[in-house]
Amino acid sequence: MDNLVKRAKELLENKTVQVVIGYEAGPTGVIRPAFITDPEKAGKLIYNDKCDQNLAVYLTKKEVKNFGKMAIVATLPVMRSIMMLISEQQLFAESIVVLGISADGNLLDIADINIMQGYIEKSDLSNPEKYKALLAELNKLNPEEKFAYWQKELSKCIKCYACRQACPMCYCTRCTVEVNQPQWIPVQANTHGNMEWHILRAMHLAGRCISCGECGRACPVGIPCHLLTMQLTDQVYTYFKVYAGTSDKMNSVLSTFEPNDKESFII
Amino acid sequence: METTRKLIRKQSVEKLYNALTSNRQVYAPVVAADKQIEYRYNPGFAEVTFGHIRSTLSVKNVVFPKVENLFFYTNARSESTITDIDMSRIPEVVLWGAHPCDNAAFDTLRSIFCWDIKDEFFSKRLEKLAVIGLSCHLSDEYCFCTSVGLSPDSKKGSDILLSLLKNGDYHADILTEKGNEIVKSAADLFETVSDEKEVITEVKQKFSHEQVTSKLSAAFEHPFWVENSLRCIGCGACAYVCPTCACFDIQDETRGKNGKRYRSWDSCGFGLFTLHTSGHNPREVQSQRWRQRIMHKFSYMPERNESLGCVGCGRCSSGCPVDMNIAEQLEALQNI
Repeated sequence: MDNLVKRAKELLENKTVQVVIGYEAGPTGVIRPAFITDPEKAGKLIYNDKCDQNLAVYLTKKEVKNFGKMAIVATLPVMRSIMMLISEQQLFAESIVVLGISADGNLLDIADINIMQGYIEKSDLSNPEKYKALLAELNKLNPEEKFAYWQKELSKCIKCYACRQACPMCYCTRCTVEVNQPQWIPVQANTHGNMEWHILRAMHLAGRCISCGECGRACPVGIPCHLLTMQLTDQVYTYFKVYAGTSDKMNSVLSTFEPNDKESFII
Repeated sequence: METTRKLIRKQSVEKLYNALTSNRQVYAPVVAADKQIEYRYNPGFAEVTFGHIRSTLSVKNVVFPKVENLFFYTNARSESTITDIDMSRIPEVVLWGAHPCDNAAFDTLRSIFCWDIKDEFFSKRLEKLAVIGLSCHLSDEYCFCTSVGLSPDSKKGSDILLSLLKNGDYHADILTEKGNEIVKSAADLFETVSDEKEVITEVKQKFSHEQVTSKLSAAFEHPFWVENSLRCIGCGACAYVCPTCACFDIQDETRGKNGKRYRSWDSCGFGLFTLHTSGHNPREVQSQRWRQRIMHKFSYMPERNESLGCVGCGRCSSGCPVDMNIAEQLEALQNI
């Protein structure tokens, strides 16, 4: 990834950006996010197929934004997250430089948002292959079996909210679960409270989830909670023919009324 | 009580386990379908694992459950009636096969829950708990018990400590009266010690906790905190998998006239944790929350509770989605 290091170094040296958000290998070899502010340290940046965290979550983090303009190493899910953040007015396109990474791991030349949009439009935006198989398995179950499956999985939840914190689209400074007058969602991590939380989370991401799988990756107890949002991604595409994060001007499917929306659900 | 050491043969371990599960709840580690190590009540002996390094969650929930009901209430027009929890219903539990770091954590929790006022729920659960620990014959790069004054065969917190021998049998150190009771109930299974060698893993010391504590006293404003917590996403995974994190939230949940007050795990990593009603938050950004986590365990607790707030199990680091490796950070902190 010499090109990536070279480009990051240039951007920091000529002060185009004040921080580069990318990946590094920690002392134990685990791949983790890196925040490079010194051009001399750009050599720490790496990219390989283990770099799977969605870094877009840091674009709305106060202490990272404090540096100034940010460059970000961005695979397809990160680019789509950026589009979502811009379209939801959480990020200015001018405040970032995108160091795009192609599916085969090469540095792309993403000069502006239009070029990024072009790249996204050319890409396969459906759920990643490895998750499609899992979803297909789940969809073979009848409703009772599905309910039993999720009840079992979600009973493991400890409400650490790693799924929420890891998600770039969960940027609210105050989440519904933190509102206690009234208490919409039970605070306790019992099966009932956990189900309410995960259903709420999935519904808030319907039409907004960009299928990165970060929520499931972050879960310390191994709940495949990404399958809930990915299932909704499939359904939103089926009914509305829209994938999230494809343009910086898109409106959220479920919170926008269009005159030609289907009304077949009205009895 | 004077501690004694006996031998328990491989076959007798199974007999002991079955004898215990026949009349009480035994909480033992198993490998779940998704390969995670989790503790369950009375699994069949064949399911119980003896070869795990660390369970995904700690075992603190036997004394500090993720949700503990404190009392129930009924609201009438003029007054409320409160129904206390029947403490006699808290069951006797035998914790089986937990490692020395997890068992030492019960002492740390006691130093928090019984610091001034004795927490009755915690105390009752601890009183009803007997611990049959298992020395570590395996470890990995996340383990650092030897850096926090413990070791893979520390006896702290165990009532009986089993240590694997080269031939597959176990040494049993009988450490407390509770442990002695268990041995007496199955006396024929315990034999005279042999000279077979124990298999104890080696855990390399990574830092000196005394030095960390001494450095922390002047490190509150150090740039270290921001630099090393930028990647922290502010979830509660580290606190919830931690065997010594004891913070909790208290909530009322009402349905119609009836309700209950309960406490549930909380984490200083959350922004909401210190948010005031006024809107002011004294720990506004993540670096301040990360600093609090380290300071509490390695500075405030040694100072106030005369106990370190960490047992070196490594769960916070292995469970962290962004590799906030605590041992690595403590190693760096001792040299700032």
